[in-house]
Amino acid sequence: MNASTSGGWQDALLAHGPQAAQVLDLWRITLAVCTLVFALVLLALLVALWRAPRGTHETAPQIAPDDRKPLRRVGVAIAASTLLLLALLVGSVVTDRALAQLGLRDALHIELTGHQWWWSIHYDDPDPSRTFDTANELHLPLGRPAILTLRSGDVIHSVWMPSLAGKKDLIPGRTTTLTLRADRAGLYRGQCAEFCGAQHAWMALPVSVDEPARFDAWADAQRATAKPPGDELARRGQRLVLGGDCVMCHAIRGTDAGARQGPDLTHLAARGTLGAGTLPNDASHLAAWVSNPAAHKPGVNMPSATFSPDDLQAVVAYLRSLQ
Amino acid sequence: MNVHETLDRTWRDPGGFVGWFCAVNHKTIGLRFIATTFVFFAAAGALALVMRLQLARPRNDVIGPDLYNQLFTVHGTTMMFLFAVPVMQAMATYLLPLMLGSRSIAFPRLNAYAYWIYLFGCLMLYAALFCGAGPDAGWFSYVPLAGPDYSPGKRSDFWAQLITFSEMSGLLESIVIIATILKLRAPGMALHRIPLFAWAMLVTSFMVMFAMPSVMFASTALITDRLVGTHFFNPAEGGDALLWQHLFWFFGHPEVYFIFIPALGFMSQIIATFSRRPVVGYAAMVLSLIATAFMSFGLWVHHMFATNLPELGKAFFTAMSLMIALPTALQIFCWLATLATGRLVLKTPLLYVLAFFFILVLGGLSGVMLGMVPLDLQVHDTYFVVAHLHYVLIGGAVFPLIGAIYYWFPKFSGRLLDERVGKLQFWLFFIGFNLTFFPMHLLGLRGMPRRVYTYPAGMGWEGMNLLATVGAFVIALSVVLLVANVVRSVLRGTAAGDNPWGAGSLEWATSSPPSAGNFVHPPVVHGREPLWEPGAQPAVVAGLADDRREVLVTSVIDAQPDHRAIFPTPSPWPFVSAAATTLLFVASIFTPWAVVWASIPVALAVIAWFWPSVRETLAEKLLERSP
Repeated sequence: MNASTSGGWQDALLAHGPQAAQVLDLWRITLAVCTLVFALVLLALLVALWRAPRGTHETAPQIAPDDRKPLRRVGVAIAASTLLLLALLVGSVVTDRALAQLGLRDALHIELTGHQWWWSIHYDDPDPSRTFDTANELHLPLGRPAILTLRSGDVIHSVWMPSLAGKKDLIPGRTTTLTLRADRAGLYRGQCAEFCGAQHAWMALPVSVDEPARFDAWADAQRATAKPPGDELARRGQRLVLGGDCVMCHAIRGTDAGARQGPDLTHLAARGTLGAGTLPNDASHLAAWVSNPAAHKPGVNMPSATFSPDDLQAVVAYLRSLQ
Repeated sequence: MNVHETLDRTWRDPGGFVGWFCAVNHKTIGLRFIATTFVFFAAAGALALVMRLQLARPRNDVIGPDLYNQLFTVHGTTMMFLFAVPVMQAMATYLLPLMLGSRSIAFPRLNAYAYWIYLFGCLMLYAALFCGAGPDAGWFSYVPLAGPDYSPGKRSDFWAQLITFSEMSGLLESIVIIATILKLRAPGMALHRIPLFAWAMLVTSFMVMFAMPSVMFASTALITDRLVGTHFFNPAEGGDALLWQHLFWFFGHPEVYFIFIPALGFMSQIIATFSRRPVVGYAAMVLSLIATAFMSFGLWVHHMFATNLPELGKAFFTAMSLMIALPTALQIFCWLATLATGRLVLKTPLLYVLAFFFILVLGGLSGVMLGMVPLDLQVHDTYFVVAHLHYVLIGGAVFPLIGAIYYWFPKFSGRLLDERVGKLQFWLFFIGFNLTFFPMHLLGLRGMPRRVYTYPAGMGWEGMNLLATVGAFVIALSVVLLVANVVRSVLRGTAAGDNPWGAGSLEWATSSPPSAGNFVHPPVVHGREPLWEPGAQPAVVAGLADDRREVLVTSVIDAQPDHRAIFPTPSPWPFVSAAATTLLFVASIFTPWAVVWASIPVALAVIAWFWPSVRETLAEKLLERSP
């Protein structure tokens, strides 16, 4: 069960987009400079320890030693340190500029909102009929830049997809933006990086980067409303969901459920994980999650559902039909 | 009765149970203060062990998120507010009067009051934790998470009020320390002859005075947001969530330096003694301390690079964050020059100081990385920062501090700590420390955020987390050995004598442990290392009364004798006042009216504290002369 919730690159040292790659280059330069400085300081210490004569507590102290020579050496070392720091400063500012100059022609606009402890995602489009909402799983087209507009619905969160870009905070009352581009298709994993309460640990954001055609197919599927359930079991499940507590918080487009307190469930079954990366999304885990979310994510705002085993089976069948 | 006995009777704290609460002697208060800070160091360390057990493997269930979040909050809060800052002030409380050649610390009753306030704050926090109401919004308590909407209950109120306690204690101690250093130095100890540790404490205390009001305002605003419905931090009502971060870090970054700068003072004292020569470049050392203090107020935004502040402004803070490395580098180079030109005595205190060059330098370099905006955006709020801050704070403050304990323990107790146990303990600490924290650099780069109570398997984090847990227990073993070494020495350690290390500063001129009045004849100073250059006359101050608490007050710059001041006697009222203040602080967590009603006992206790005694007034009148 673990493999499917930890799938995806989440590693600042594995950069698969220009933003993360720029930072990785700066990291390598900085690491080299710092390693050199560290080695030199240790070398100086070892030489001092090697060469200085040993004494005891009875050794007569030098009261007014002539320190002109050691002070000159200190001066040289400080001058060298200043130059190295200046070089690093230049590197930092140059990288900063490069990060700000990511080409944004034809960029995809996405609004990402953080909640305790999940993400709501709105894909924007100049044509209002082509916008859509989803949750907890970000899809990006390969090679096309994206502008993420970041907001928070409650406390401060921070979105971090280390293999793609550095992090950015989601702050209530403010709007922040993050620009990035993914240059390699595959599964990534992002995670909330700002402590946001009880379940900060399970606020992951799986990211799927796909070839443009595949991405478009996914987006088209997401725009569609939920398909009516096909078999009797699922129809019973739909009645239970729409007639029960679920609709107090969740939306299922194409039905009467339109609440925004919890993740949009219109295409729940198309997502890879449940509970923002807490559990893999399959029938058995879905049943376990619905009947007692707090057992898997203590502190979660979703209450336990009180379905009989038969009803639970029907609810799961319906939710699994939301492809 | 000879002069020793008279002096001792004049300056001694009263005995007995009630007398225990009346103590005002700086050595009594100092030792209690140091011991208390170490108790809470151990407590917060124990919390860290529980956290490390929980993180030893993925999806572990030793403890759940509710307790984990309380533990890391209380661990951080304790280490920063209840250990690292106070322990430096506690060491200063004990050492400074001795080092400066004075009979007492300034404002001894205030010093006692500050200690009691600190102790009661600690007890409140841990009582809350044991009742399951430990704060759980992090030691930084970001709003709105710590605000009324997302932290119902009293947990965050305990945190905010703890800040009030530790602020109050910290500010009062700073006043005591500044007054002691500026006015109670031995005659002749002009500003350019002050021991470097005293300089470090002077600089630190001024920083505390300027930085702490910022967090004091922030935590008070948080309490009023929570308690009486103000909206300082509520964006929906015109407040601002980032205001908290500015106020907190405007204090929080200097705070790192008021932990670090006193430790630099320890370094200078120990290196001079164990190299058998004064530190190279005294003026450069002092100016570095002052430069660090100023610059540390221009760094706070590097904790906020991931917010939406203007990018160009962030570049200024990058430049400042890199620049502050220079004054510390200067001191490191001066110490290296001192070691290279000295005659080295490789005892345990020096070992701890040498470890600084490894650990702190590494932590400083990772700090340079964190100061650079692009790198910070990747590693901010990850285990890389956890590694960095422990390298800086443990390497930069705790290692020198334990070295300082080995160094000054003979003065505290009259007995030496065991050298063999000391060296073993040092190596365990050094190895355990690096095992625990070095892998965390890599963990952060490889994607592990901070403050998570668990993590999925298959992320490539398991091995390093397990290693860190093993390392944490090695550190714990080392701390146990340190305690055992202290206990053993107190019971049957080798007698130390006045000056076991052959050091040059004044605290080694008196007996170990010092008598109640510190010096039978307070010394006069003619150089930077008075005990290394004896012989100049006059050697001691004459004419101070030995049957009254008479202290020589000297001028600020040249330490010329100015006047004799009569210092206060032991009194139970600082304790009672602190208890009344505690009542006010704790009750105001539950009702704002406590601020009104509980101020009455505070006022009464303070009036009793300052009530003049008839005998003292008559004695004063006898000394008065008509012009």
